[in-house]
Amino acid sequence: MDGLRRHKSMFLLPGLLTLLLIIVFPLLFTIRVSFSGWNVSNPEMDFVGGANYVKVLQDSRFWAANLRLVLLAGGTVLIQYLIGFGLALLVWRNVRARRLWRVLFLVPMMTTPVVMAAVWQMIFHESLGPVNDMLAKLGIAPVHWFTEAGPALAALMTVEIWQWTPFMFLLMLAGLLSLPKEPFLAAAIDGAGAWRTFWKVTFPLMAPVSVSAIIIRLIEASKLSDTVYVLTSGGPGSATESPGYYLYLRGLKEQQTGYAGSLSLTYLVLMVITLTIVAALLARAFKVPRQSSKAKEQ
Amino acid sequence: MSRLYATFKYTLISVWAGFVVGPFMWAVLTSFKDANGVQGGATYLPWVQYEPTLTGWQNIFGGAGGVDVVRPFLNSAVITLVASIISLALGALAAYGLSRYRFKIGFIANSDIIFFFVSQRIMPPVVLVVPFFFLLQWANLLDTIPGLVIVTVALLLPIAVWVMVDFFNGIPRQIDEMAMLDGCGPFGAFVRAILPNSVPGLTVAAMFCAVFGWNDFFFAFRLTFTEIQTLPQAVVALNSSIPPWWTLSAAALFGMSPLILLAVWVERYLSKGSLPGVIR
Repeated sequence: MDGLRRHKSMFLLPGLLTLLLIIVFPLLFTIRVSFSGWNVSNPEMDFVGGANYVKVLQDSRFWAANLRLVLLAGGTVLIQYLIGFGLALLVWRNVRARRLWRVLFLVPMMTTPVVMAAVWQMIFHESLGPVNDMLAKLGIAPVHWFTEAGPALAALMTVEIWQWTPFMFLLMLAGLLSLPKEPFLAAAIDGAGAWRTFWKVTFPLMAPVSVSAIIIRLIEASKLSDTVYVLTSGGPGSATESPGYYLYLRGLKEQQTGYAGSLSLTYLVLMVITLTIVAALLARAFKVPRQSSKAKEQ
Repeated sequence: MSRLYATFKYTLISVWAGFVVGPFMWAVLTSFKDANGVQGGATYLPWVQYEPTLTGWQNIFGGAGGVDVVRPFLNSAVITLVASIISLALGALAAYGLSRYRFKIGFIANSDIIFFFVSQRIMPPVVLVVPFFFLLQWANLLDTIPGLVIVTVALLLPIAVWVMVDFFNGIPRQIDEMAMLDGCGPFGAFVRAILPNSVPGLTVAAMFCAVFGWNDFFFAFRLTFTEIQTLPQAVVALNSSIPPWWTLSAAALFGMSPLILLAVWVERYLSKGSLPGVIR
């Protein structure tokens, strides 16, 4: 089948080259610019050595944003997974008005994050929003959602959980619906109860889906910046700044292009390392057998 | 199933449904308010607590002192559609190649190429947007629809490849081989035998492309200025220090309506059973 050999690149190359063309220039540009002193008053591709990187190491605001992202992304993705998996189990079978619930549970992921952030801003408004109004009816003092660090983080996490739990729900429900029936029959014959069936059958079978769903969400969550921009603008102070938003401030708002370049690369390298480690740890925690994509290609 | 368990189950479902619906309800209520309805504090019942008006809705459809959301809507639609089609075409081709043939370039094998595609999702838009600015400036495509289409393809192509590789892996190779025995070339086999069997996979990929294309804000925000505005931009522009909340709400609901309809359609697919094999 020699004809196949020649044809195979015809399939791959258009897409691969397009992506390379679109991605490689930005990456090379960012690497080069990170060694320059390019800023708004000196927009030149000069060479300043590693000066920007030294500055990155000393930039405590950047490191604080990274630490915050670990907690924010880790926390919200874990909650999204638990709720998403729970909801998927609830509407998997034996439920009335199943399709209504499924549509409802999917809707938030379809909505535009920045637009919803604007809506959430009205909802969390300290004097005119419904949240504080309802809290007042319960006799709770108004919460300063956007002027205190803790509540601002809570608001941001609420919005993230609202927006992206549906994504987990979708992947987990699709996973549940594609499970084979035999293991459940076997469990039923053995007289296993619902609890035991879940831990011995459902959960292990769902482990590969779980791991990939969590990793995809972690990747997406690590880019958090749009929602922060609209909802809190990183405030109060820098209490809700994510690395993505901080990059925006330095690179685009203040136009410190060179410095933002080195921040970007530091951030990217950190992300890749962290996510690789997390992926390995997750696969171990969920006891996923080494398998799937690699084995299938053979 | 015990009664207690059923009560517990429906309570949980209702609580989450309420949380999901809440923000939409608030946007709907607010879109029928005016300054009087907003400034007194939170109100919930139209006619009882506030007098509903159509000001917000009139403002977004050409009312005096309003904003234009129809043109941004059309811009967003064109950009999403074209970028999705390009990404799906290139993505499906590449995914099919990766699923059926073995590539070996030095130490780079299939799984590495797939990883390269998917790993592009790790790039935050903020990192890409400055170089994209210079790239589009050089090509004279700043502030144009083709310019935004190109950068949106960079966002969507990885998703298309990710969904389609898994999907094609699930289609038996015998189908290709039969088509080739019938005299199709490799490309003909792909078009005539594989594509017709790939509607579920293409649908899921198209859904993800539509969602991420339509909802992109950052690229449009930094790469367009006066000529082209997309819908998320138009809505966020309304979110100024003293927002006309009724207009903002109406614009938000209008802007999200196509994708909310998409959710209904995705569910139909899910329940018919065509979807589960696709997403894993």
